[in-house]
Amino acid sequence: MSRFLLPLAVFALLVVVLAIGIRHAPEKDIIASPLIGKPAPHFALPDLADPAHTVDSRSLTGRWYLFNVWGTWCFECRAEHDTLLEVRNAAIVPLVGLDWKDDDGEARAWLAQLGNPYQVVAVDHSGRAAIDWGVYGAPETFLVNPQGIVVYKYVGPLTHEVWTHDILPRVPGHPVAGS
Amino acid sequence: MLPELGQFALILALLLAGLQAFFGIVGPMLGRERWMAAVTPAVAGQFVMVALAAGCLIAAFVGNDFSVAYVADNSNSALPLFYRVSALWGAHEGSLVLWILLLAGWTVAVAVGAGRLPPRFAARVLGVLGVVSFGFLLFTLATSNPFLRLDPPAADGADLNPILQDPALAVHPPILYTGYVGFAVAFAFACAAMLEGRMDQSWARWTRPWTTVAWAFLTCGIALGSFWAYYELGWGGFWFWDPVENASFMPWLVGTALVHSLAVTDKRGLFKSWTLLLAILAFSLSMLGTFLVRSGVLVSVHSFAADPRRGVFILAFLVVMVGGALTLYAWRAPRLRSTAGFELGARESFLLFNNVLLVIAAATVFAGTLAPLISDALKLGTLSVGAPYFNPTFMLSMLPLLSLLALGINAGWKRGRLKDKERTLLLTLLAAAVLACAVVFGIYAHGKVLTPVGVMLGIWIILASLVDPLDRWRRSLSLPRAVLGMTVAHVGLGLAVIALATVQSFTVERDVALAAGASARVGSYDFRFEGVRPVEGPNYGGTGALVVVTRGGAPVAILTPQKRQYWVQRQLTSVTSIRMSRGNNLLVALGDDLGAGRWSLRIQIRPLVSLIWLAALIMAVGGTLAASDRRYRTERARESATAGAARPAIQSP
Repeated sequence: MSRFLLPLAVFALLVVVLAIGIRHAPEKDIIASPLIGKPAPHFALPDLADPAHTVDSRSLTGRWYLFNVWGTWCFECRAEHDTLLEVRNAAIVPLVGLDWKDDDGEARAWLAQLGNPYQVVAVDHSGRAAIDWGVYGAPETFLVNPQGIVVYKYVGPLTHEVWTHDILPRVPGHPVAGS
Repeated sequence: MLPELGQFALILALLLAGLQAFFGIVGPMLGRERWMAAVTPAVAGQFVMVALAAGCLIAAFVGNDFSVAYVADNSNSALPLFYRVSALWGAHEGSLVLWILLLAGWTVAVAVGAGRLPPRFAARVLGVLGVVSFGFLLFTLATSNPFLRLDPPAADGADLNPILQDPALAVHPPILYTGYVGFAVAFAFACAAMLEGRMDQSWARWTRPWTTVAWAFLTCGIALGSFWAYYELGWGGFWFWDPVENASFMPWLVGTALVHSLAVTDKRGLFKSWTLLLAILAFSLSMLGTFLVRSGVLVSVHSFAADPRRGVFILAFLVVMVGGALTLYAWRAPRLRSTAGFELGARESFLLFNNVLLVIAAATVFAGTLAPLISDALKLGTLSVGAPYFNPTFMLSMLPLLSLLALGINAGWKRGRLKDKERTLLLTLLAAAVLACAVVFGIYAHGKVLTPVGVMLGIWIILASLVDPLDRWRRSLSLPRAVLGMTVAHVGLGLAVIALATVQSFTVERDVALAAGASARVGSYDFRFEGVRPVEGPNYGGTGALVVVTRGGAPVAILTPQKRQYWVQRQLTSVTSIRMSRGNNLLVALGDDLGAGRWSLRIQIRPLVSLIWLAALIMAVGGTLAASDRRYRTERARESATAGAARPAIQSP
C-alpha cells in the first residue's frame, strides 16, 4: 500500500521547497556581472563638454565613482535622471557618464535642460567601451572602488531605493569629495 | 476593438473549459448520459474561442497596434512580418495563449478520435483535459493577460528580443509546446483510467499513439532549440544543461520511458501502475518546467518575464493537478494487478531496465536543476551546478542503457532466451567494435577512452536494430509500421550516440586575432580573414566579416559571420557562419574590433555535430511512423474497456 503513497510524499516535499524558493525569488533581481571583482575596463574617450579633451579612465582611479551608461535615445534614462541629480547633490560619490551611441548636440541639450548630474561624460560613439563593460542595455550603473575594481552593477533605471540600500552601504564611511 | 474581442473570447473559453471539466468528470460519476453528451460541444466551442483570441492577438501584431501593451513590448513597426507573427510567443503572455491553443487543438483531436472509446471513458479523458485547460486559462486571465491596453498608446514598439529574431527560434516554441501539451493527453488517459478504477491492455493501445506523437514533437522541439543555441549564441555549444533546457529534457526522458512502458502494458498487460505513474510524471514535469521558467525561482539565461506572483499561481495549480493525480494514484493503483510473469532476459526485463535507467537519468537531471534552489532555500549558500556534474552522472545511467539496448530489441517477450539471434548479435558487436576503432583511430588518430566505446555502442545499436527488419525482409514477412518506426527511432539514437561521442572528443576550438589578409591554421584548415564591411537589415545594422577557408590550398568555403546591432533594443547579437566540409562543421563567430584593422575571431571545427540534430529528426520520424501503425486505427475495443479482465497476451511476431 504505502509504496503507492511514496510519489505523493515526494511531491509534497518538492512543493515545500518550491514554496520557499518563490519567497526568495525577488532577491535575485540583480544580474551578476562577470566584471564584479575585476578591474574596470580601460577607456580613453572624448569629453562631451570639450571633445578636444580626452577622458582617460586611469585618471579616475584613487577614488570611488559611479559609472553610468546612458543616452538621450533611452526612455529609462530620463526616468533615472532625478535620482542621478540626487546622487550628485549628496556629493558622496562622483558620477562618471558614458554617453552611449548618441548625438553630441542632443546630449548637451539634454544635460542643459534637465541638469547635469555628471562630473564628466565620456562619449562612446562606436559602442566599443560599452561592449568592454559588458553593457547590454541602457541605463546601467557600475560602482568602482579606488583600486579601480568594479564592486557592484545595477541594470535599469537607478532609483532612490537602489541608491540608498544597495550603493551607499557599499561605500565606506568617509565621503569622497565630489563635484 | 479586436483586443477586447480577444479578451472576451478568452473569458468564454474559460467558461467552456469549466463546463467541459464539470460534465466530463461529474457526468460519468452520476451516470448522466446527457451531461456526457455536452462535453464534445464544449470542446469544440472552447477551441473556436481560443483560436479567435489567438487570431485577435496576431491581428494586433500584424496591424502594429501599439496600444496593446504586449504588442508594444514585443514588436516594432520595422519588424519583418514573419517575426511580427512569431512575436506572438516571443514573451510570457503570448506563450501561454499558444500553449492553450495547442492544448485545445490536441483536445479536439482526442474528441474526434474518441469515437473508438467507450463513451464514459472518453468523457472522463476530455473532462481531465478540461481541468488542465481551465487552469491555464485562469492563469492567463488572472496574471498574464495579453490584451491589456496602454493609455496613451506607445508611438512604436520596443521590438522583439533580437535573439528571438531567427527562423529556427520562431518555430521552436510551437513544436516544443506541442510535445509538452501532448503529454497532457497521456495524463488525461491515466487520470480517466484511475477514475474508472480499471485499466486494461486496450487502455495502453489507445494511449500509445498519442504519447508517441507528443514524444516525437518534443524530440524535434528540443533539437531545434539546441540547434538554435549552437549557431545563434555564438558559443558553439549545443547543450548547456541550462535549467530551461533541463525543464524540457526531463519530460523527454520520462516520456521516453513511458513510450516503452506502454509497449509492455499493451503487449503483455504488465507494468500497469508503473505506466500510470510515468504518464502522470511526464506531464507533471512539463508543468514543473513551466513553473521553473515562469516563476523566476531559477536564474537562467532564458528566464524572461519571471514573476513570483505567477509562481504562486502555478504552484497552486501544480498542487491541484499533480497532487490530485498522485492522490488518485495512491488510492487506485493498488487495485491494479498484473497476472502475467516473465523471465529474466525476456524483453520485459530489458524494458524494465530501460525504464529504471531513464527515470534515474531524469532524477539526476532533476536533482542538478533543483540543487541551487534547495541550497538557497536551506541557506546553504549559492550553488552553481553545471556540466561537470551533469555529464558524468548522465553518462552513468546512459552507458548501461545503451549497452543493453541491442540485446533488448532482439529479446523475445516472456521467455529469456535470445535463441538463434545470439550469433548474429555477437557478430554485430564485433563489427561495431572493429568499425569504431577504425573510425576513432583511423580517421581521427587519437581519442579518449570513452570515444571508441561510445562510437561502438552507437554502431552496435544501429546494426542490432536492423537484425529483425532484415530477417523479416529475407523471409518476405510484412514489416508493420510499428516495427519499422521502432527501428528508425533506434537507428536515430545510434547515430546520435556516435555523433555525441565524436563531437565531445574531436572538437577544435581557437580564438584568434587577425588583421585583414592574415590567416590562421586551425586543424587542417586555413582561415583567411578578408576584412569587414557594414551590413544593414530591416531593423538592424552591423558588421559582416568575410573569411575564406582553404584546405591544402584548395578552396573549401566562404564564411560570413556578422555582429548585429538591433536599433530599438540596442542589443548586440552575434550571427555565426557555419559551413560543412568533409563531415566537419566549420564555425566562425566575429568577436571584437581590436583596433588597427585587427578583429578577434572564434573558430571551431566540430566533426559530425549536424548529425546530432539529424539523428533527433530521424528519431522523431521513427516515432511518427510507429504511431501511424494500423493496429491503433483499426482496433475497436469498445467492450474490452469495461470488461476489465486482462485479455490473453498478444505475442509479438
